[in-house]
Amino acid sequence: MARPLHGFLPEVVWFSRGTARGGEGVNYNWNWGIFWDQTPDATGTYFGSLMSGLEVTILLALSAWFIAFVMGSLIGIMRTLPARWAVFVGNAYIEMFRNIPLLVQLFIWFFVVPELLPGDLGIWIKQLRNGPFIAAMLGLGFYMSSRVAAQITAGINALPKGQRMAGTAIGLTTWQTYRYILLPLAYRIIFPPLTSEFLNTIKNTAPALTIGVLELTARARSMQEFSFQVFEAFSAAAAIYLVLSAVVTIGMRIIEKRLAIPGFNGGK
Amino acid sequence: MFSNFDYDVIWRSLPYLFQQGMAFTLTLTAIATFFGLILGTLIAMMRLSSSAVLSGFAVSYVNLMRSLPLVLVIFLFYFLMPYVGQWIIRSDQPVQVGAYASTIVTFTLFEAAYFSEIMRAGIQSVPRGQVMAGYAIGLNYREVMRRVVLPQAFRNMLPVIFTQTIVLFQDTSLVYVLSITDFLGAASKVAQRDGRLTEMYLFAALVYFLICFTASFFVKRLQKRISIIR
Amino acid sequence: MKRIFLLGTMIAAAVCTTQAGAQELTGTLKKIKDTGAITIGFRDSSVPFSYLDDNQKPVGFAMDICYKIVDAVKKELKNDKIEIKLNPVTSATRIPLIANGTVDLECGSTTNNADRQKQVSFTNTHFLTASRFVSKKASKLDKIDDLKGKSVVSTSGTTNIKQLTEVNAARHLGINIIPAKDHAEAFLMVETDRAVAFVMDDILLASLAAGARDPSAYVISKDAFSKPEPYGIMLRKDDAPFKKVVDAATAELYKSPEGAKIYDKWFMQKIPPKGLNLNVPMGAEQKKAFASPSDSPDPDAYTAN
Repeated sequence: MARPLHGFLPEVVWFSRGTARGGEGVNYNWNWGIFWDQTPDATGTYFGSLMSGLEVTILLALSAWFIAFVMGSLIGIMRTLPARWAVFVGNAYIEMFRNIPLLVQLFIWFFVVPELLPGDLGIWIKQLRNGPFIAAMLGLGFYMSSRVAAQITAGINALPKGQRMAGTAIGLTTWQTYRYILLPLAYRIIFPPLTSEFLNTIKNTAPALTIGVLELTARARSMQEFSFQVFEAFSAAAAIYLVLSAVVTIGMRIIEKRLAIPGFNGGK
Repeated sequence: MFSNFDYDVIWRSLPYLFQQGMAFTLTLTAIATFFGLILGTLIAMMRLSSSAVLSGFAVSYVNLMRSLPLVLVIFLFYFLMPYVGQWIIRSDQPVQVGAYASTIVTFTLFEAAYFSEIMRAGIQSVPRGQVMAGYAIGLNYREVMRRVVLPQAFRNMLPVIFTQTIVLFQDTSLVYVLSITDFLGAASKVAQRDGRLTEMYLFAALVYFLICFTASFFVKRLQKRISIIR
Repeated sequence: MKRIFLLGTMIAAAVCTTQAGAQELTGTLKKIKDTGAITIGFRDSSVPFSYLDDNQKPVGFAMDICYKIVDAVKKELKNDKIEIKLNPVTSATRIPLIANGTVDLECGSTTNNADRQKQVSFTNTHFLTASRFVSKKASKLDKIDDLKGKSVVSTSGTTNIKQLTEVNAARHLGINIIPAKDHAEAFLMVETDRAVAFVMDDILLASLAAGARDPSAYVISKDAFSKPEPYGIMLRKDDAPFKKVVDAATAELYKSPEGAKIYDKWFMQKIPPKGLNLNVPMGAEQKKAFASPSDSPDPDAYTAN
């Protein structure tokens, strides 16, 4: 053990001397107090600016999740219906939204879709004040919906065949079978994977900065640009994401436990 | 609505889009998959090891990477890596890490967290009896892993690994934020120079779709074949 | 264990040799000598300073200046074979990339100001430009106050977006400020009516508008957010030997007839990729900046009287 230290020690000495010379070593000046400095727009501190970014991140994640959940459920259920056309449409939907990178989909919603709409409507959409947010919400929502749909289908298909037959046997319509038997069980089964898809939705809000949404990463980037404190800005954002995902994970575990049906592997 | 489409802009920029853009996208995907898989396997082995320190490190690493958005990690690593390099080789200056090298390291480290989860499941899918049998015939940990566990883990997980590679292929488009010329970067540079956003972004979407769709089609077939073997 | 030991001694050996060399050369010059390469940071769309031409190769006024600087560095190090590496940068990434050693010279349209001089260093000023906004003639916007309550785009990481942010707060304009990655993207936001105006250095606005599909549709505001501010090529801070070489090279170039020739090439003649001519003759301030080269961040230092 003494041997590698032998090779190690002189370097440490040398290294610290190297940085002390200043002219050579490139110093990074840490300044953790930066968060309490005023931003150039004089409306608050950098900390406040990161918090407003967090707010946008949460709002965007929730609204995109709403679309993802509704569309994902519809498509996921369609794929389990007896009708072949429904299965085909469902599959096509999933393939389309899953096989194009999120960033490209965001660009299409933001830059391309308004151009393809009839003149006035296109202009109206483009001039919406929160146009970037809406584009990001649609882009992220539909992108995530394909993944939610796949989970829903898997959840329904994981149920024993007998459940569906039992529904038919007691005279329920297809709709009633889904509403009262299949879906309540399926949603419980897929609760854990849905939680992780929701966490993915939160993370996937970050690419929205490319179309001008001022979410958390964008706020960290602009803090870096104005204050030049690169690492403080990005580490703070990273810490906020960690806390956010921990809070969501814990919250979901609590809900999951409450939803579990004793004796059924639903919650697990 | 497609009447004023300028197909020529796509045709003219094809060599640039593919020879530079797609070439980089594919290189990044291949290298990050290869090294990410190796690193991910190591992390999975650490996680399953009996050492609390190793498994604790592995768990924190995986959880950290999986909680952060890739865009943030791309920015952070791009700025951070030269200082880390300086610290590792104890140089007097930050080590120069170019944009391309930086993204390759970033994607490798980031994807390793995801591959490690896959490999963990793969290792656990090998019946314990086989491990015991390995030890019984006098193999050590290394040999058991190399000759018994990992080959099977790898084969069982092959479809999932490929699926993750397709995700990785799509994720590489995020290097756009650094103005790097990957496929999307190339498309957007042409789009912005010629004011042809509609054509270029739709074309990019189509290309990504065709590649990912074809790849996932083959992954599905592979999955069926593997499930028959097992 | 043995391997770690070997690695340790190798590093120690490397350290010893570099330390011996450090007495002659330091900082960036030493790095260039050791690696045999210099890295230039270029921009996507800072026309005509640093942008991609038809072959997607970076060209421009600042790029030409940088190639001259590289020649001087080659002479200084007595090495003709120094390789030039090109690394893309954006407004948002350029300063951290200079600081962390990814890029040695940033050749584009970076405003030299006192704030930035705390982080990086600049060589002699190569251009002066004021911050204004471009909008469509049809939207009839002339003064900064006309932007009240509208969506306005600027490039993230620029002095311009900062000035816009400050004016917005000071005058309570309630402007919705959209950050864009690069100038071309920002201009497209105006072209496609997503933002009514783009706040940027007027020279860049003029080049972008001239390159648009219908140049006559755009107008640049008379109202300015700033006095004409100096542009400089960025290098690392506290690296006196390298700065000395770069400063000497740029001063010599700007004072010589060749400086005027390069200016002419990019501002008075047809430039790639579309062959447009910006037609911006050298003003009095620019002449002064070239006649008596300076790296001052103070706009007042450049006023010609």
